[in-house]
Amino acid sequence: MTMTANKQHAWTAVCRYADLTPGRGVAALVDGVQIAVFRTTPGELYATGNRDPYSGAYVISRGVTGSRDGVPTVASPMYKHVFDLRSGTCLDDPTIALPTYPVRRYRGLVWVRR
Amino acid sequence: MDANGVRPQHGASGPGGSSRPDSARRIVVAGYGMVGHRCAELLAERAARSTAPVRITVLGEEPRAAYDRVHLSSLFDGKSPQDLTYPTPPGVEVSLGDPVAAIDRQDRTVTTASGAEYAYDELVLATGSYPFVPPMPGHDATGAFVYRTIEDVEAIKRFAAGRKIGAVVGGGLLGLEAAGALQAMGLETHVVEFAPRLMGVQVDEGGGQALLSRIAALGVTVHTSTRTEAVETGEDGSVYALVLAKGDDLSALPVDMVVFAAGVRARDQLGRDAGLAVGERGGIRVDEFCRTEDPAIYAIGECAQAVDGRVYGLVAPGYAMAETVADHLLGADPKPFRSADVSTKLKLLGVEVASFGDAFGATPGALSALYSDSTAGLYKKLVIGEDGRLLGGILVGDASAYATLRPLAGTDSPLPATPEQLLLPASLGAAPALGPDALPDSATVCSCHNVTKGTITSAIHEQGCADVGAIKACTKAGTGCGSCVPLLGRLLTSAGVQTSKALCAHFEQTRAELYEIVLVRGITTFAQLLTEHGRGGDGCEVCKPAVASILASLGGTLGAGQHILDGEQAALQDTNDHFLANLQRNGSYSVVPRIPGGEITPQKLIAIGEVARDFGLYTKITGGQRIDLFGARVEQLPQIWRRLVDAGFESGHAYGKALRTVKSCVGSEWCRYGVQESVKMAIELELRYRGLRAPHKVKAAVSGCARECAEAQSKDFGVIATERGWNLYVGGNGGFRPRHADLLATDLSERELLRTIDRFLMFYIRTADRLERTATWIERMEGGLDHLRAVVMEDSLGLCEELDRLMGQHVAGYTDEWRAAIEDPETLRRFVSFVNAPGVPDPEIKFEYERGQIKPLLEIGPRPDEGPARDDDSDNERVPVEVGA
Repeated sequence: MTMTANKQHAWTAVCRYADLTPGRGVAALVDGVQIAVFRTTPGELYATGNRDPYSGAYVISRGVTGSRDGVPTVASPMYKHVFDLRSGTCLDDPTIALPTYPVRRYRGLVWVRR
Repeated sequence: MDANGVRPQHGASGPGGSSRPDSARRIVVAGYGMVGHRCAELLAERAARSTAPVRITVLGEEPRAAYDRVHLSSLFDGKSPQDLTYPTPPGVEVSLGDPVAAIDRQDRTVTTASGAEYAYDELVLATGSYPFVPPMPGHDATGAFVYRTIEDVEAIKRFAAGRKIGAVVGGGLLGLEAAGALQAMGLETHVVEFAPRLMGVQVDEGGGQALLSRIAALGVTVHTSTRTEAVETGEDGSVYALVLAKGDDLSALPVDMVVFAAGVRARDQLGRDAGLAVGERGGIRVDEFCRTEDPAIYAIGECAQAVDGRVYGLVAPGYAMAETVADHLLGADPKPFRSADVSTKLKLLGVEVASFGDAFGATPGALSALYSDSTAGLYKKLVIGEDGRLLGGILVGDASAYATLRPLAGTDSPLPATPEQLLLPASLGAAPALGPDALPDSATVCSCHNVTKGTITSAIHEQGCADVGAIKACTKAGTGCGSCVPLLGRLLTSAGVQTSKALCAHFEQTRAELYEIVLVRGITTFAQLLTEHGRGGDGCEVCKPAVASILASLGGTLGAGQHILDGEQAALQDTNDHFLANLQRNGSYSVVPRIPGGEITPQKLIAIGEVARDFGLYTKITGGQRIDLFGARVEQLPQIWRRLVDAGFESGHAYGKALRTVKSCVGSEWCRYGVQESVKMAIELELRYRGLRAPHKVKAAVSGCARECAEAQSKDFGVIATERGWNLYVGGNGGFRPRHADLLATDLSERELLRTIDRFLMFYIRTADRLERTATWIERMEGGLDHLRAVVMEDSLGLCEELDRLMGQHVAGYTDEWRAAIEDPETLRRFVSFVNAPGVPDPEIKFEYERGQIKPLLEIGPRPDEGPARDDDSDNERVPVEVGA
């Protein structure tokens, strides 16, 4: 389902919140950009770029989420680099970061803005 | 001799000879046994650091490269000569099968048996010893052997086939080794010893008694105080009987073969012929730098008589002498060799025997403390000085205290506990095992390489050695006989090196402890385990898949979600398990259907081909005798599997830390050499263990005969057919650190085989660390293979009933993960590239063509500085991937 709610803000609804498995992510294609959307175990939403900067493959959404010292994380499934879901920064190498995107839950849907 | 003093050299010196500068210093080592090899190795190390050119030549008598003679009897235990062989030290010229026959001290040349001549600046004699065969009638008959070389062992093996009774003359260390070999070949075995007790050099009367009762209990008949008068031969000239004399009584013992192991004599003839002084009872006399009378000639090992007048027959003193000579020739500060520790710890016929320090209480005023249990075949004696310090001891039947007691003996340290506490078995309320703190820094921990506790602790503190492997690499300690390895571990702990056993920041338990918690408390979810036994947080990429694996291993037992993608479990799985396929470097996946035992019908082969063709997949045969289909996008996986399931395939679990394949050779149905049906067995094993989740992947193989075409000895478990059943090997590995599997059990029936593998696997799953292959697991296990054997074959932990039950539940509860997945709409919903565009394939997955098939178009591959891609079927998953800045 692709619905554009407000052109001015360009929020895009990508799926139902209930469709997300707690602790996992999905990939969404928004205006040709691949965005990884995560629902953490406690229920928070995060959105980052789907491209793993270390391998160049579009796989971040398939990583295992978790926490490290209270920081919500995702580990790339390719070489297991761990990223801070809030800032996108790689915790193993702060010079590398994923892009991040605004994400919200509204009327049962998950919305991201590119 | 030419102007440079170099004689023309004959063929044996090899083609490298002429290219070297004539000015190079020439060091010749005569003899290529363990000590000759060690000497060449040490010389080569020093020569590599030296600026002056050095040419090192070794001239050996045996037709093969140097090997580990100490473990000769392991050749009866499944090892091959290859396993025992040492690598040639780099830069050393080695000539085999052509011993030095004469030394010309005037010209400084040696001549070999074939007539080749070698000039030397320095000559090191390491000719070792020869077995002493009492000059009795018939001693050289057909069927009479000695026990010294691999060739001896092979001759014994060939001759023993089909014979019934064997005797060993000599009840010392070597004699009991030989007796163990005869028994291992299934012969009725006798040991004839002239002295009143066995192993008279190492143990006293009481120790000999304990040893005798243990060995007798194993079915070996021991004749002590008995002289062998003659070997009777039959009409064909082969061994027929031994004539034995006990006191005045003569008797005949019928035998098919006899092995003489009545001691060794120094091979000092070269020295004698060259006019060098030799000791009264043999051995070329040397000074404390191992120089003979001729300063250009050294002698080391069993052919030398040290300054203390002794000829040492153990390998450790030989190594120490090699070190002295290497330093004297090419190093700095050679350490004089004056005497050596002759402490030994051995396992003969499965009985532990250790003797150390002043074992016989020869020190004036020495007292002994004794614990002896003749029914159990236990004997432990500590020799204590007047001042209460430990001087030495003898341990028979249980030598576990050896590692801590031996380094204490002869030092100034007081006894760390009362003698009774040190001697009593743990079950009688003895003190806990001694800590390494009791040792002074000067105590020798590794006697093979003469490494002190001080050296090891400084390696830990100053060079940052954080595990046993690092200590081995840094100090060589533990790389000889290995008996000090447990002590190395304890030194690490005592030095405060915290090798944290916590699984990750969320669980302070080890994987094995979590397994126990899940099993005992019947926990069925990660959330429950984290809440009740974790340290807070949400879990992570380490603990989630690890716990998912434990839950899956116990799925059949706990009655939790039977499928690894049921409910919460789906969120825990790594991407491979999450999509039931193997992630490849461009984000696509590979698909591997199970092909049990590698057997496949033409129809099924065609079905795989059609699927690969229709989906345009890259197709490759794997090392595990199945077919890997690469390049599938997530949304294609269910479509591919629908086709495969319809064609009768099921998941191959190539994506899981689980049983992968059971490879097989074609076996006795077709092969002219096969002795059992290996394909049938491989299929049975693969179907039995398919889907079994483990701490790491498990690979297996079945070979139909000893030719081993299935390479079973490189697998986690490997089965090799014998005439009488199946031999089971465990703990093999390929990959980053290859390891030959250990022989766990022999000649098992099919039922015994299944039961033993069941228990082996379940014990592995229960106790291994996360991502720990069976090879590392066994090496890490306290007590090693013996402990493992005791657990799975003798039920020493009382676990077997449970292990059997757990495996039974796994086998009964197995279902095909892919069939279940394609039948469940909830699961299928996840197999899309984009949640908001289910029909759109991932545009970033692109291919080009090479050799008629697709390959990833890697505009998106890792940059050159981003480290190598990782092959999911490789064995190297624990090797950290280095990432450039």
